[in-house]
Amino acid sequence: MNILEADSDRLLAAVRSLLEKKGIVSTAEVQERMAVTDAASPGQGARMVAKAWVDPAYRALMLEDGTKAAESLGIMMRGMPPLGVLENTAELHNLVVCTLCSCYPRAVLGYPPFWYKSASFRARAVRDPRGLLASEWKTIVPDAVKVRVVDSTADYRWMVLPVRPVGTDGWDEARLAGIVREGDMIGVTVPGV
Amino acid sequence: MFVAGDTVRVKDEWPEAVGPVHIRTPWYVRGLEGQVVRCLGDFPNPEDLAFARPAERRPLYHVRFRKGAIWPEAKPDDELLVEIFGHWLERP
Repeated sequence: MNILEADSDRLLAAVRSLLEKKGIVSTAEVQERMAVTDAASPGQGARMVAKAWVDPAYRALMLEDGTKAAESLGIMMRGMPPLGVLENTAELHNLVVCTLCSCYPRAVLGYPPFWYKSASFRARAVRDPRGLLASEWKTIVPDAVKVRVVDSTADYRWMVLPVRPVGTDGWDEARLAGIVREGDMIGVTVPGV
Repeated sequence: MFVAGDTVRVKDEWPEAVGPVHIRTPWYVRGLEGQVVRCLGDFPNPEDLAFARPAERRPLYHVRFRKGAIWPEAKPDDELLVEIFGHWLERP
């Protein structure tokens, strides 16, 4: 059989049964991983951001060790690359890109949006981030704010902790999490109310 | 090998011109100077890992570059932060 021409479902079944037979990966482990993948979505990252906005100790943990911060909210990080968190401030705006491929913090943000993998986004993000954000997302970074492009080239995965928008005083975590979008945690947009 | 604050230069090497490689150092920073922000820890060398060879653990650094040093039309003080393995860095 030519493996390149095999029907993909049959090929997957064959590989899975071989992995099981050879004691490399059990069916239970595959199912656990499928459950983790299904649970991963921007909503997970949004929960972390909202908690960081209301809980200074959690914010400190998140900036120190994103993986521990995610795990403390019950997000499965086993087998995932370490998670780093980049804090936006009044002086600094972070933008995440992977120019070499499509590294993305999937455990906390789920699948990357289609444009994240495009050659155009990757090239423009490093060369002209301000122009890119303004033309594609209407995100204007003021001149006084430094733009820091984080090229995710190796073993870490990066997410942005955006600035809590004004007009959200007294909001609880669930309500705050509701305004945090995927793009806010990549750095192409900023949350607002 | 390097500590936070060290000025480093990314080696101006192009192994992809010689043969098949898997490298995690972007083209646009090769030969340029930056500053070590912090060491991110030791990770198996992807250049071996990708070819299923025994991969030695190597220190990975977060290195900051001034945008103006890379692209003349950029806002000079904007920054790029890139993960670069220690064996790609040298003291200028």
